[in-house]
Amino acid sequence: MEKMKVRGVTKIFGKNPKRAIELLERGRSKAEILSQTGMTVGVNQASFDVQAGEIFVIMGLSGSGKSTLVRMLNRLIEPTAGEIWIDGENVTTMDKNQLRNLRRKKISMVFQNFALLPHKTILQNAEFGLEIQGVSKSKRKEKAAEALQLVGLGDYLDKYPNELSGGMQQRVGLARGLANNPDILLMDEAFSALDPLIRKDMQDELLELQQSMQKTIIFITHDLDEALRIGDRIALMKDGSIVQIGTAEEILMNPANDYVERFVEDVDVSKVLTASHVMKRAETITVDKGLRVALQLMRDRGVSMLYVIDKTQKLLGYITADRASEAIKEKKSLKETLMTDYIGINPDTLLADLFEPMANTAVPLAVIDQNGRLKGIVIRGAVIGALAGIEEALNGNGVNPK
Amino acid sequence: MIDQLPKLPLAHWVRAFVDFLTDHLQGFFGGLSHFISMIADSVNAFLNFLPPIVLILIFLVLAWYRTGWRFALFTLIGLGLIADLGYWEETVQTLTLILISVIIAIIIGIPFGIWMSQNHWVRSIVTPILDFMQTMPAFVYLIPSVIFFDLGVVPGIIATVVFSMPPVVRLTNLGIRQVPMDLVEASNAFGATTWQRLTKVQIPLAVPTIMAGVNQSIMLSLSMVVIASMVGAPGLGAVVYQSVTTIDVGVGFEGGLSLVIIAVILDRISQGRERKKNKA
Repeated sequence: MEKMKVRGVTKIFGKNPKRAIELLERGRSKAEILSQTGMTVGVNQASFDVQAGEIFVIMGLSGSGKSTLVRMLNRLIEPTAGEIWIDGENVTTMDKNQLRNLRRKKISMVFQNFALLPHKTILQNAEFGLEIQGVSKSKRKEKAAEALQLVGLGDYLDKYPNELSGGMQQRVGLARGLANNPDILLMDEAFSALDPLIRKDMQDELLELQQSMQKTIIFITHDLDEALRIGDRIALMKDGSIVQIGTAEEILMNPANDYVERFVEDVDVSKVLTASHVMKRAETITVDKGLRVALQLMRDRGVSMLYVIDKTQKLLGYITADRASEAIKEKKSLKETLMTDYIGINPDTLLADLFEPMANTAVPLAVIDQNGRLKGIVIRGAVIGALAGIEEALNGNGVNPK
Repeated sequence: MIDQLPKLPLAHWVRAFVDFLTDHLQGFFGGLSHFISMIADSVNAFLNFLPPIVLILIFLVLAWYRTGWRFALFTLIGLGLIADLGYWEETVQTLTLILISVIIAIIIGIPFGIWMSQNHWVRSIVTPILDFMQTMPAFVYLIPSVIFFDLGVVPGIIATVVFSMPPVVRLTNLGIRQVPMDLVEASNAFGATTWQRLTKVQIPLAVPTIMAGVNQSIMLSLSMVVIASMVGAPGLGAVVYQSVTTIDVGVGFEGGLSLVIIAVILDRISQGRERKKNKA
């Protein structure tokens, strides 16, 4: 379901925005408009949809207009043109009161430099959004303390922001954003001011929180790794325009243009793609079948082994052609003969973590979900193909690493 | 060439304007004068009602609390010296003048400073007026003050307010504008009204700067004490002024020294430990 629809949103900084809009519509570039009119195009006709419960990352280098774009979503910056719809309501035509209500109830924001109030305690800071809404003291205390508990700061309620580390301060920023229970969370470079290790922790924590919260998150970043790590979908911006929108996999494997390609060429694909991206359908046989049927099947499908499953798709083991023919001579059943020295992996195991198990076994890796069901197999060729950037190596139904 | 131009009758205009005000707003000025002098009298009476030792103790505690025991000791010795020299009554009169002037300057100045910080038009109109108020020689204010309010403590207070208010306005405005942009943005993002933003974010964060303005205002009003005595405001200023007219260097020094002591005490107490206490 669409939570937010953004259509042709444009921001012009300058004295005669109408003229700049006309030029934009005629397809002039940001640089041409600057040299002709002296006006700066902040954001150029951005359009996208954000689904409820997804993490939508807007990524771009500094000056690409991503911070301006996110501020137009709650109209901290007024769009020069275009429309923004949230839950079917047009945000762009809202009056002051409606807009204030939207900001109080539906959209919260987390800032790059935390933007905590230095004269208030952590608890008071987390209460801020509720205080603005006029929620009673006891109730807002309770909710703010809950939110702080959620981000792991339950023991710091009476400290002041300057007594906390950067990572902890941003947790307070996050708790403040969550305390008034908004549907949408705008995160503007929320982790960019943190050092790399803490940043990674915060990303993990956000993903973990998101599992239970299911908020719609719009996350701004200039860091491609961060975008790939946490984004369900990513919009890439350059010079105020969105150049590509897609999943991490789509952007990596199928860059829309040279710019995106240059941008992503240094990405370590093995740390982005997972087993689910490269797995193939497994040839299987249910355990109640006979060994002769198994051999016949292998012959028909041109394979030398089959995975043995039960009726609920649960993986029991595998059988090879050699082993099957031997067993027929010994008059054993399939159940007695199957081999279990396969290596099972989760669908969301990163490719980087597949190398070691692959080196330890000749049998393709079995991809098993948490119920023990066989989802597919990973063969070496597919992994190498994916690392080489060959799109055919992917099955197109992967899920993002979470 | 320039002498052939007719002289602009500026002095005449100003006179006409002041005449107009005195003719038409007599009642207003009379009432205001009465009101201020009533307050001044009661404050003065109250401060005089306290035995000097009590007032000294109050200052001592304030000094101790705001700065530390060393300065409290200085306060004790300084005020003791003033009392010993026999200028206690005049000191109380001077304190009354300063107290009332500064309170009026705060009551008018802070709201103006806030308004100025919110509105570019107001700022561009008020700024030159403040410059004018501060650079015009303070003596000049005495003339209309006397015309409107007669002689005595009231014109002294009015002239002092005019001279000492600009820093309060300026620094309130500055303090609010200096609040980091991202904090202002955050309060807007959470749907704060202008009033909520001011009272919950901008003003609390501007307090140290506003206090610096109040401190400056106190210092400027002290510098007006002698000038105010020329229109009949009583106090240490009058002591100094009389010593000038009688060329009595001894009394002049005593009065001057008393003023310096008061100035140092008020300065340090109003500055306090703001910098250390500031949580930011």
